[in-house]
Amino acid sequence: MSKYLFKRILISLATLLLIVFILFILLQFMPGSPFNDERITPEQRELMNIRYGLDKPVLVQFVNYVKNMLTGDLGVSYSISRDVPVTTLLQSRLPISFELGFWAVIVGTFSGLTFGTIAAFNQNSIWDTISTLLSVIGVSVPSYVFALGLSYYFGFQWRIFPILFNLNDKAMSMVLPVISLSLFTMASIARFTRTEMIEVLQSEYIQLAESKGVTGSRLLFKHVLRNASIPILTVLAPLIVGLMTGSMVVEQIFSIPGLGQLLVQAIQSNDFNIVMGISFIYSALFIFVMLVVDILYGILDPRIRVTGGE
Amino acid sequence: MGRKKILEMRDLSVSFRTSQGSIEAIRGVNLDLYKGETLAIVGESGSGKSVTVKTIMGILANNQKINSGVIDYKYEQNGQMTSIDLLKISKKEMRRKFNGKRIAMVFQDPMTSLNPTMTIGDQIMEGMFIHYKTPKNEARQKALSLLELVGINNGEERLGQYPHQLSGGMRQRIVIAIALACDPEILICDEPTTALDVTIQAKILELIKAIQEKTGIAVIYITHDLGVVAKVADYVNVMYAGRIIERGTVDDIFYDPKHPYTWGLLSAMPDVNTKSDKLYAIPGNPPNLAHHKQGDPFYVRNEYALNIDKRIDPPVFQVSDTHYVASWLMHNNAPKIQMPPELQERLERMKLEASQYE
Amino acid sequence: MTDEQLKAINQHYDFLPNDFEIADKGQDVNEQEIYVRESTFRQFLTKFSKNYGSVIGLVFILIIIFFALFGPHMNNFGSNEQIIGNESMAPRVQFLENFGILDGSQTLKASTGSMEINRYESNPNATDTYYWFGSDVLGRDIFTRTWEGTRLSLYIALVAVIVDVFIGMTYGLISGYFGGKVDMVMQRILEIINGIPSLVIVTLLIVVLRPGILSITIAIALTGWIGMSRVARAQILKLKDREFVLAARTLGAKPSTIIFKEILPNIFAQLIIMSMFSVPNAIFTESFLAFIGLGVPMPDASLGSLISDSFKSFLNAPFMIIPPVLVLSMTMLSFNLLADGLRDALDPTLKEV
Repeated sequence: MSKYLFKRILISLATLLLIVFILFILLQFMPGSPFNDERITPEQRELMNIRYGLDKPVLVQFVNYVKNMLTGDLGVSYSISRDVPVTTLLQSRLPISFELGFWAVIVGTFSGLTFGTIAAFNQNSIWDTISTLLSVIGVSVPSYVFALGLSYYFGFQWRIFPILFNLNDKAMSMVLPVISLSLFTMASIARFTRTEMIEVLQSEYIQLAESKGVTGSRLLFKHVLRNASIPILTVLAPLIVGLMTGSMVVEQIFSIPGLGQLLVQAIQSNDFNIVMGISFIYSALFIFVMLVVDILYGILDPRIRVTGGE
Repeated sequence: MGRKKILEMRDLSVSFRTSQGSIEAIRGVNLDLYKGETLAIVGESGSGKSVTVKTIMGILANNQKINSGVIDYKYEQNGQMTSIDLLKISKKEMRRKFNGKRIAMVFQDPMTSLNPTMTIGDQIMEGMFIHYKTPKNEARQKALSLLELVGINNGEERLGQYPHQLSGGMRQRIVIAIALACDPEILICDEPTTALDVTIQAKILELIKAIQEKTGIAVIYITHDLGVVAKVADYVNVMYAGRIIERGTVDDIFYDPKHPYTWGLLSAMPDVNTKSDKLYAIPGNPPNLAHHKQGDPFYVRNEYALNIDKRIDPPVFQVSDTHYVASWLMHNNAPKIQMPPELQERLERMKLEASQYE
Repeated sequence: MTDEQLKAINQHYDFLPNDFEIADKGQDVNEQEIYVRESTFRQFLTKFSKNYGSVIGLVFILIIIFFALFGPHMNNFGSNEQIIGNESMAPRVQFLENFGILDGSQTLKASTGSMEINRYESNPNATDTYYWFGSDVLGRDIFTRTWEGTRLSLYIALVAVIVDVFIGMTYGLISGYFGGKVDMVMQRILEIINGIPSLVIVTLLIVVLRPGILSITIAIALTGWIGMSRVARAQILKLKDREFVLAARTLGAKPSTIIFKEILPNIFAQLIIMSMFSVPNAIFTESFLAFIGLGVPMPDASLGSLISDSFKSFLNAPFMIIPPVLVLSMTMLSFNLLADGLRDALDPTLKEV
């Protein structure tokens, strides 16, 4: 097990480094300069470049950047909030995005598991068809469509929830964004849960358990879920990506001051460091989740945790 | 020396809803199981053997429907003999009162019949918790003695291991241990050695026989191997296309078989002394019941088929107290067909050998 | 056999005179064989058509493709034709307007209340104009632009997927066929690349390459090939040791010949399925990019850029965003349904990626 873990951690670190490198290279090719004020003369631009260290060779810049990152310095914003450290900007926005994402995952996962289980146990019934249909829709229709629809009907027309996010009314104004964001998660998990559960339900060890007299919740949790949940973990990776991109869009629509919104702004105004910083955070988060999934695999599946042999 | 009948199945008919329509997989099956005896059900793949016993256990597929039949189980409760029709009770009652507790099952493939995420110990003790609420220590002790009974040493170590750490033969022993955990009266074995090496086969067979002698449980043994039947069975049911086409004691079937299909099965048994070069096999394939319209499903492959076999499925004819055959050849008007001479010879040989061991 | 039992049987059945003679089975034996094989293609067709979802998906895709090709020609408006004075007009359809539906009226909501107006009536030049999906803020016909956008989105998605198939297949086939060290290294590289959240990279790529049809296509293609390569590799591993490959090798065929002639036909089905699943992903990515401002530049329109543009007038003219959103959703949905159905009919063991 520990050999397995070690290998996974090693790969994760390698990926992280590769990502930083790619991000950095990409940024070098970003068109336009961050200093787009027309009033700046070429000489002034030179000066600004030197001041921000943009005139040194690429590799040197990269090494400096990594060094700075390791000490918690992600550079400063160039255009959105001149000279404000990127880390400061991120600090204020991170908690909000995190909370949004957290709730979306919780809501999505639990509802997804429930729907998927119900569909698996009532195969080919009307519930199954409805559940499957909803799942396919949830996976196919982009999250911003839902966000738009929800905000229009529940926010604008019927005025049940506020249209825009409001820190003072956090609970109510979080409802629509969380739901929009969670729909993709819910649909993916429901679909996958159903497939996996059906496969488990047809397996012989379930029949054997039944022949022993195992029923009800014991059968469900100790035999069915325990085995079905292992492959369901694989869904988590694309899910996290979905959440990240979804958050960029949902935050735009509901005007939530989170990381996603900042990233979109930064892209549109060529603010290198912010783009780097947030991309890095997203990537690191993704890698971290993948690592956690790998660890969970190791814990849940005895075939990985305990090596065979007698 | 009275034989006590504990399970009586009459006229069981089961069908499955498939994309090709409703298929009647089991058609009017009768079965009798006596205390302390072994009943063997023989037949090719697809003949319906597994479905029959799984129906006894109440393990039905989603698209399975029971059309008719009675499964009468006689057992003792609180000192009183009662009987109950297993087909009439709810699934919940079946699981709670009978599955594992009185009737247990050993499945075919030990590689897939154990839960990969539960320890061996947990899986053996689970039944005890469910049915008797046995305290943990007691259950553990019992599990250890069960492991000993099925011939596994290092019991302590094994209890904490997972199925993937054990070989096929060991896993099947575990499955047997699980089945015996709650001291059932009836043990159903669905081809328990088919997925195992031949050497292990013999050991498992001996094990089951030893357990039976020790505990006096009744065993239903499903197999497609007549050699196994000869070793373990007291009573034999031969199944074809969802019907029992011949049944009788093991002597009846081996020394006086009457149905052409049984002849075919016996002829197909490999034998050191067989003179011919080719191994006999019954020509053709088992029927696709979705396409079967009328008559005897064995008609096409039956060397000795009569015209009436094409029209009407034969009823059951009684040959002796214990011996029943479903073949029109048993009718008075039918031509008197004898079994093929090679088979006759072989059976004589077998009789001779057997008498030498008595 | 007792006499009674015999009598009971004789009474129960009607016997024919020749019943108890040995039968001449001639014809009957042959009939048994006929039931055995239905051509695999017919089996596939039957299985596929039983799945309502996939049939619906296929039908919708055909409808959408039809409109994408012929839609813009169905009326007289050009896709970039801006008619001053015809801005933000609600949908108006000839026949239905007599029933009060889609007659060009729209409700304007303000904090003081709502008001219903009809720009067709207030504009003297527009009494005979019909915008089936309405017009956008620059006076362009949304119907035409929607189908033009669909065309572009589909084009981008298809090109990206085809590129993906080639890259993914090649990578997977090489990795799987040669095995050993080559395979190990290639798979390690893949694991590392897999750890990169694709949309983040896509976004950055577009920023760097400047939004344009080509750059968007490239960016999308670069992120979807991993799934393909996995499938290709899994298949080749399965087939590599089969006899027909061994036979080809003994005859002296080169690896490339073996890969293309022997193995390819067998993985064809899986690839089709994977491609079908990748299309909605590609369409979504394109629309997502457009939504955050990295879509195809003006004056071209893609579904994503249409949605992004209409978002600005979302609250006071919701009809603008509905057509592209509907078409986008339907397209993604239909491809997913179709892919699901294809997979169930061809190879249920293929798990979703």
